Amino acid sequence: MTLLAVERIKLFSTRSPYWCSALALVLGVGLTAIIAGTTDNGQVSLGVTQFGSSQLALSVVLVMAALAVTTEYRFSTIRATFLAVPNRTSALVAKTVVVAFIAALLGEIIAFGSVGIAKVLSPASDLAINTSGEWRHVAGVGLLYGIGAIIAIAVGILVRQTAGAVAILLVWNMLLEGLIGIIPKVGVKIQAWLPFMNANHFLQLGGDNMAEQAGAGVDFKLSQWGSLGYFAGIAVALLVVALIVAKRRDA
Amino acid sequence: MIEAIGLTKRYGRTVAVDDLSFTVQPGRVTGFLGPNGAGKSTTMRMILGLDRPTAGRVLIDGKPYTELKRPLQTVGALLDAKWVHPNRSARAHLRWLAVSNGLPKTRVDAVLEAVGLTQVAGKNAGGFSLGMSQRLGIAAALLGDPKVLLFDEPVNGLDPEGILWIRTFMQNLAAEGRTVLVSSHLLSEMALTASELVVIGRGRLITQSSTQEFIDRSTGNTVLVRSPQLFKLGPLLVDKGFTVRDGADGALSVSGATSDQIGDIAAANGVVLHELSPQRGSLEEAFMQLTGDAVEYHAEIGK
Repeated sequence: MTLLAVERIKLFSTRSPYWCSALALVLGVGLTAIIAGTTDNGQVSLGVTQFGSSQLALSVVLVMAALAVTTEYRFSTIRATFLAVPNRTSALVAKTVVVAFIAALLGEIIAFGSVGIAKVLSPASDLAINTSGEWRHVAGVGLLYGIGAIIAIAVGILVRQTAGAVAILLVWNMLLEGLIGIIPKVGVKIQAWLPFMNANHFLQLGGDNMAEQAGAGVDFKLSQWGSLGYFAGIAVALLVVALIVAKRRDA
Repeated sequence: MIEAIGLTKRYGRTVAVDDLSFTVQPGRVTGFLGPNGAGKSTTMRMILGLDRPTAGRVLIDGKPYTELKRPLQTVGALLDAKWVHPNRSARAHLRWLAVSNGLPKTRVDAVLEAVGLTQVAGKNAGGFSLGMSQRLGIAAALLGDPKVLLFDEPVNGLDPEGILWIRTFMQNLAAEGRTVLVSSHLLSEMALTASELVVIGRGRLITQSSTQEFIDRSTGNTVLVRSPQLFKLGPLLVDKGFTVRDGADGALSVSGATSDQIGDIAAANGVVLHELSPQRGSLEEAFMQLTGDAVEYHAEIGK
């Protein structure tokens, strides 16, 4: 508990988490607002409201989470941390828990905020969240952010540099996994096992509007919750590797 | 007490610290002296569990650093004053450190007061001058009221006022019975601050002794003698086994003897003395002599 309080103080006594959160909120909700505002009234679907949150704002949250670690290395406050808490694993796990929790909370705010703004701008559209699939589609964004933050922190610990970690995360999430689909025949088979593809699979609404969602056309072998478990498993595995490396490495 | 036993650190083929053993006793300031690149910082990082020794170990009051519970209450360290987030306020920096080791909020205000940073506690540490950063670093080291304190080159780049402040501060800490280890590459600074010296070069221990002993031993004692009867005194001193050389202005430079001994000999033989003055070699010369072979990066001094 003490360590969680320490990481909370550290995170909120600098400005970057505030800026990143604000940016994620503006981009996520903003994109939905633009889409809802330019679509004919009554034509906005629930699936469309989460483009901003699940694609665009997610990247900002990944950057925020990576920064929480890489700035510590950049300014050597990680050494001050390890002096105060020689058990590196618990110090870094505490940081991961705090950042992942904040990311998840932010995800819920952006997801429901997006639905809210779409309702305001397109009152005639059917945006009610009724089925469990619809709940998963909206509320699931928080889970996606939380787990994504774990991946970002693991990458941050391993790479230690802001530029490197951010580049890896953005290329991986926004480009690499999508581009692999271009490879003939095997591309989509590989995609079925890529972490962010599975994360998007978890969010999929199903039904008629499949084509407009990320991860469309990929033949996933896992159930939607199975995909989330897989995504989480990869995140935890990466974190474990990062923690082992951090423990052995000279600080 | 700090106890290093066979401490070794290798980076690939480079040996940064080589089988280093020494002890640092409480109640005095111990200087950790060596040229740049001698392995002082690496050793300090190993003491603090930041770097893993290739071989050997180092104990603080009988325990490795990583096994200390609430380490800030046992050891305070200032390795680099820039280990702060530039956009975090001085108070916030000390607050998370305090919380991590279960220290009350009052300690934060107390150490800010002790180093004279109360006025700027709410300002971001990135805007601090070197002297202020150094004070913040010392405040962090003092936070847990530790028995053992480590400072790595604390006076580097400071103005004379800052140097004097830190020097007095460290001596006061030692006078309170704490163990204080302070590293420097400047012997002249250490001569004023430390009463005990651990001298290293190229990662190896050169000597551990009291500062006075180190200076006496390494500068050598020469005495300058002027007298109208040097023709008589010279041979007498040579007979006693002292080394006598011709000095400037027809004076004699005698090494191996104290001025007392020379004065006694002169009186016993009725020799008139016009001057009898002990000469001190410079500390830098002494240091160079001892560590000359042990400097990692050499540049010929221009001739």
